[in-house]
Amino acid sequence: MKNTQDTNQKRRQFLQKGAAVTAIAVAPGVMLHTAAKAKPVGEAVTDAVRWGMLVDAAKCADGCDACVQACNEENGLNLLQKPHDAEDEMWDQQIPKWIRNVKVKDNLTGHVTSLPMMCQHCEHPPCVDVCPTTASFRRADGIVMVDRHLCIGCRYCMMACPYKARSFVHEVVEHKLTRTPRGKGCVESCNFCVHRLDNGQTTTACQDACAKDGHNAITFGDLNNPDSEVSKALKEQSSTQIRADLKLNTGVRYRGV
Amino acid sequence: MKVRAFEHGLLLALAVVLLAMAGVASADDKAGWKSGTSLAATQEQSCVRDAAFMRRNHMEVIKHARIDTVRKGVRGVDGSLSECIACHVNKDDKGAPIPVNQEGQFCAGCHQQVGVALDCYQCHATVPTH
Ligand code: SF4
Ligand code: SF4
Repeated sequence: MKNTQDTNQKRRQFLQKGAAVTAIAVAPGVMLHTAAKAKPVGEAVTDAVRWGMLVDAAKCADGCDACVQACNEENGLNLLQKPHDAEDEMWDQQIPKWIRNVKVKDNLTGHVTSLPMMCQHCEHPPCVDVCPTTASFRRADGIVMVDRHLCIGCRYCMMACPYKARSFVHEVVEHKLTRTPRGKGCVESCNFCVHRLDNGQTTTACQDACAKDGHNAITFGDLNNPDSEVSKALKEQSSTQIRADLKLNTGVRYRGV
Repeated sequence: MKVRAFEHGLLLALAVVLLAMAGVASADDKAGWKSGTSLAATQEQSCVRDAAFMRRNHMEVIKHARIDTVRKGVRGVDGSLSECIACHVNKDDKGAPIPVNQEGQFCAGCHQQVGVALDCYQCHATVPTH
């Protein structure tokens, strides 16, 4: 009898200690240094911000893949080695792509439009609806991403996404970057360079690369802030959501398509 | 009453397991086996918690941080895995970092000894990178 009481007492003390540790773990982060405009590094994101993008297809140069290359380097996608026994065609289909260069041809006029296609960061994302583990989730600030700790690689989300935005990692990832952890057996997709945004930066790698090459086809920013560059650009001229009929309220908008 | 007997049984089982683990450790020590260490650990630099706590609970600390970071976007968290690696990575003769999951290194050393899979590095970088 006494023993049991002792055990219970110890358990209670242990649980109390556990609770104290949890509180400590939250507190120091809150006091970390703050960035100028963006969210403080140590604070949770909120829905005060909704990250979004405008792609002007009229400015997207045919044959240019600066954004794709920049994305691959930023997130270490280019570090994945082709397995020795993989066939070229199969590898090309399977290698993860966060941005795809898409060409759309108007069959009546013959006019060809090229545009970068990536996760559209839907407000009502089908990929999140179908995920059995809650690995696929939408952050408060509108970024839709995969929590690889929970992803079981079922690939339901790949089937559910109308934009073919997601890739499955088929091979062991030997080389990865600290800022973008990724490995075999999980699904992944564009996350608007979330590591940059969380650390106080306000641009994505694709946007920077496009601007550096002088095309300026990509504008990125906070859709909730009427004074942000992207909000102003969207207000000024018409734009469209791809497959607007699905009513997903995408965070990526297009012009010139 | 049955419940109490069950609890006693559990405690007994736990004691047996602990004794067995101690046995394994000493056997390995005799065989010249060295657990993984790092400069930071040997110099007793201040970790995010004290060493005794971290030996048993580091996974809980890291797990808490990972949820805050991935799902809520909190960075610079106390207990981030990248900070663990930045501190505990060893360098070779030429000053190049040795992956923490390589045999005998800080993470792999203990995990090998106790036979616990080290899954973090299927996705996470094993040396500090950008
Ligand atoms: S574009 Fe696809 S992956 Fe991105 S949020 Fe929408 S459904 Fe999900
Ligand atoms: S592959 Fe992963 S993220 Fe996608 S639906 Fe399955 S568990 Fe969810």
